[in-house]
Amino acid sequence: MNKPFATPAANGTVNVRELVTPRGVRAWLVEDYAVPLVSLEFAFRGGAAQDPIGKAGAATLLSGLLDEGAGDLDDQAFHQALDEKAIEISFHSERDFLGGRMRTLARHVDRASELLRLCVNAPRFDEAPFARVREQMNAQLRHEANDPGSMASRAWRALVFGGHPYGLPANGDVQSLAAIERGELKGLARELITRGALHIAVVGAIDETRAARLIDDVFADLPANAALKPISQAPFAGLGGLEVIDLDVPQSTIRFGRPAVSREDPDYIAGVVLTHVLGGGTGLSSRLFREVREKRGLAYSVSASLTTYDRASYLYGGTTTKNERAHESLDVIKQQILDLAHGGLTEEELEKGKKYLIGSYPLRFDTSAKIAGQLVHIQLEGHDPSWLVERNQRIAAVTMADARRAAERVFGDGALSVVLVGRPAKA
Amino acid sequence: MTPPSGSFLETKENPASAPTAAGPGVVDFRLGNGLTVVVIPDRRAPVVTHMIWYRNGSADDPPGKSGIAHFLEHLMFKGTKAHPQGEFSLRIAEIGGQENAFTSNDYTAYFQRTAKEHLGLMMEFEADRMTGLVLTDEIVAPERDVVLEERRMHCDADPGAQLNEAVQAALFTHHPYGTPIIGWSHEIETLDRQDALTYYARFYTPENAILIVAGDTDAEEVRRLAEQHYGKIRPRGAAPERRRQREPEPVARRLVVVNDEKVEQPSWQRCYLAPSHHTAAPGESEALEVLAHLLGGGQTSVLYRKLVLEEKLAVAVGAYYMGSALDETRFYLYGMPAPGVTLPALDAAVDRVLAAFLAEGVDAGALERAKTRLVADAIYAQDNQAMLARWYGAALTTGQAIRDVQEWPARIEAVSADEVIAAGRKWLERRRAVTGYLLPENEAA
Repeated sequence: MNKPFATPAANGTVNVRELVTPRGVRAWLVEDYAVPLVSLEFAFRGGAAQDPIGKAGAATLLSGLLDEGAGDLDDQAFHQALDEKAIEISFHSERDFLGGRMRTLARHVDRASELLRLCVNAPRFDEAPFARVREQMNAQLRHEANDPGSMASRAWRALVFGGHPYGLPANGDVQSLAAIERGELKGLARELITRGALHIAVVGAIDETRAARLIDDVFADLPANAALKPISQAPFAGLGGLEVIDLDVPQSTIRFGRPAVSREDPDYIAGVVLTHVLGGGTGLSSRLFREVREKRGLAYSVSASLTTYDRASYLYGGTTTKNERAHESLDVIKQQILDLAHGGLTEEELEKGKKYLIGSYPLRFDTSAKIAGQLVHIQLEGHDPSWLVERNQRIAAVTMADARRAAERVFGDGALSVVLVGRPAKA
Repeated sequence: MTPPSGSFLETKENPASAPTAAGPGVVDFRLGNGLTVVVIPDRRAPVVTHMIWYRNGSADDPPGKSGIAHFLEHLMFKGTKAHPQGEFSLRIAEIGGQENAFTSNDYTAYFQRTAKEHLGLMMEFEADRMTGLVLTDEIVAPERDVVLEERRMHCDADPGAQLNEAVQAALFTHHPYGTPIIGWSHEIETLDRQDALTYYARFYTPENAILIVAGDTDAEEVRRLAEQHYGKIRPRGAAPERRRQREPEPVARRLVVVNDEKVEQPSWQRCYLAPSHHTAAPGESEALEVLAHLLGGGQTSVLYRKLVLEEKLAVAVGAYYMGSALDETRFYLYGMPAPGVTLPALDAAVDRVLAAFLAEGVDAGALERAKTRLVADAIYAQDNQAMLARWYGAALTTGQAIRDVQEWPARIEAVSADEVIAAGRKWLERRRAVTGYLLPENEAA
């Protein structure tokens, strides 16, 4: 049954080289000349979780300002410089890291390198873009204020993680954004944007020498060590509870979850397979899709997955269903989770789930930008390039005994923390 | 459900493959039964994107049956005589493939992305469901509930989506683009098995379909497999005709307003009736594309610079030209006011900036940058086989030819400053447009 049928991700096509630049910066490189462009992806560990107390949204605001003027170029001049060569540079803040990406035509790589170097080494944080970007974040908050999906996700995080950094909104709220001062962002940039926290991948029409020069030009002068505050393991509250937030809409939007095994846990891979069987994939292979949507027509979308951060790991899922049948939908979901917890997984489901996860892996590697993104993701999870092959081997090796054990650990007694936004009919 | 944006692909700049009349490696041909085939080789990863496009979308829904194109798209996953009960989807999942489908105004498409060795299998299943669909009332009824939930989720709970629907309905007084793709609830509720089968018999034919394969394959392999699987479908003699009522020349400026207690951030939009790539005079849709970029394509655009950066009347503003449409289409301006700025004030400011732009003419540097950006998009697009496949599919189902797609960068390069201004003056007239306001419950327009 466990014959290794691993088809490694793009075996022989994603040919990763680990390089160390003359100035000692590490990066992963994939050389590919099929299309004359270069994609660079990088991440500094320590993102929104590092927001100062009372200043939720600081890292997001910081990432929104890194391309808003740097060196002797103000925001307008900087964007015009990007436009002149159709160079793309952007930054984004996630819970555990601050990420960036650059894309350029190969013939403009020198100019792209200069501009990116300015962003990470000499961001200006001028008053005008600071006020503008903060107001754009406020507008986004107002835009989402009564959006059922945004409300449910926010409330679920607050319920489960409470005052832990993961419980706070990564995009802040009106009060926390107002409390952020421009000078603080400069300080935060110095703490977060360092060589010590950095992971890099370069993909495209560029050779090793040129890639090393690009990386040194951009990153080698950064401070060596990050000054990150330690983040504790996240709590998980609200199990067995249902928080209803009243909103006058025809549907109930539901978010649910429970604690699961961490990325480092020996049962993690089995947990991934198992949650895929519960609510992953694109349709009929998912139990929740079959039971909630296909058989009963209760919802358009329903899914669940294993979500992991550096300091939290949990089952997370959601659906949106008409108010009259919200409790019925939730009962169906709970029933499926309990069934898997109690050994309901079949051999066929296990094998098909494994085959899907293995076979679909190469689809994550079919554009330069996707390859670069995956390579940084793999680095952030602590793997080396051999993971590109090992990942599928590990999935192939999951046995029924592994899956049953993981089911007990991931689904346990089936208790969920649930948030519902809408006006559900009484159960 | 979202049509791809208007930028297209393939340029003379790709040094990896010699440019030919057909473009870098793209090949097209027709099977004996009338099925059009397009092959877009991309050898970088051992995967393929297999798509079948039908030249029918929501604008071809019969009167009173709005939503039938989209509803049938859902039902196409239910199984056939040869492969009942979702066997296709389960097989795709088993081989680690991905699948989905989308319905637009002008087309309906189905696709799978898999390891390259499964291309023949995908064709076998997809060819089978072009004619073999089996529907029962037991299958149709719960799926209709799913579609109604989809509509509630994406439209009925979202005042922004309701405004979008109201703007389209006001812009198209006669042409079916004014009806939502998903359909109106009261009509979706009445759609039944017979409606679906009648529609299916009319449109799901080899003459009406386009097969697009992108990825690790070549024309020879695709031809062999396509002949084997699609080639045996009986031709119907001709493609079904698409007859839509033409929108009359607009004469009245219109304002539509949605007030909703859920709105905390007001927003503004303006939607002009404009020619599409297909209906425009030569060079005109390219000029509109450049115009949209100059007016509202990013932070250096005219509207952004004036209204967000200088006058601080808006927190966001942009423009978008939806060139990819079979019939007359839309040119959008949109924005979110800064706190304390009313929508009428923003509306007037946009008109003032637009009028000044059309009077003063185009800055030569800005025109160059806009073209550089649009042409570079065509090179960036070559990095993404799934996107390339979508762009060809959208073009071919909205009246364009492969050559039109491939020559797009050259035509963009040829746009002059005068042509941009002429297109703006001709098409961005208030009488051609509907303005939409999204406002909190008690705020007057």
